[in-house]
Amino acid sequence: MNPELVVFIVFAVAALAGAITLVAARNPVYSAMGLLLTMVSMAVFYVLNDAHFVAVVQVLIYAGAVMTLFLFVIMLIGVDKEESREEKIPFQRPIVGVLAAGLILLVILAGRTAWVVFDNGVTPVGTIENVADELFGTWMLPFQATILLLTIAAVGSLALARYEGKLRDTLADTTEESAAEGAGGDA
Amino acid sequence: MTVTVAWYMTLAATLFVIGGAGLLLRRNALVMFMSIELMLNSVNLSFVAAGRALGNLDGQVASLFVMVVAAAEVTVGLAIIVMVFRKRSTASVDELSGMKG
Repeated sequence: MNPELVVFIVFAVAALAGAITLVAARNPVYSAMGLLLTMVSMAVFYVLNDAHFVAVVQVLIYAGAVMTLFLFVIMLIGVDKEESREEKIPFQRPIVGVLAAGLILLVILAGRTAWVVFDNGVTPVGTIENVADELFGTWMLPFQATILLLTIAAVGSLALARYEGKLRDTLADTTEESAAEGAGGDA
Repeated sequence: MTVTVAWYMTLAATLFVIGGAGLLLRRNALVMFMSIELMLNSVNLSFVAAGRALGNLDGQVASLFVMVVAAAEVTVGLAIIVMVFRKRSTASVDELSGMKG
């Protein structure tokens, strides 16, 4: 058995366990922990695929920043509330099962067709230099577009936070229900 | 026995399906959001594995772009969830039927 196989099996089991925990856990904090486990396993897979820089970014941004943000919001919203398991849409779970099975079937079918011919040539290792050459050379314009995107996202979330008070006043005039809830949520 | 690109693709597809099932099954908006993150991550894994098999760095660059878009999405999405929670005191998507015709 070669080492890559052992590492792959161990972390594939960890990633699947994390994903199932994410979907099945009742407490959102457990879900977040499951997602964290999956993300760290992903970083290991990136290292196995010679993508060292992407692995570092995965740990720093996903496992670090994004998960912290998620946990922050979970704590803000309240972890004590259990999600009700009562189904409001009829046959939701059977339908989901059928859809998931169909998607797996489609993927297996697609996997039988070779769209791309892989040549097992020499792969450049994803060091910072190589990725930066690619990113600031071929992909310069999309990279600039992501700067714009991030700015828009930051301004958008700020605007959402600022706009809320104004919106609540407007809604309070129109519906009594949101006025009562708005006053309750204000405290 | 070596680990080929097909193994990574299979794992990525399985994680994608689990994420999709979570998105359809759960009602907590935060857990649905985390399922979307799981789906994006699995696509990243397939990009990186295919990039190694093809012998270039395009897969890694694509996964970096996916990460940037996911970060922007998390920022705005969580802001919306917090705003809805302050107004409705719930994070369950079943309660959010205000736009029902």
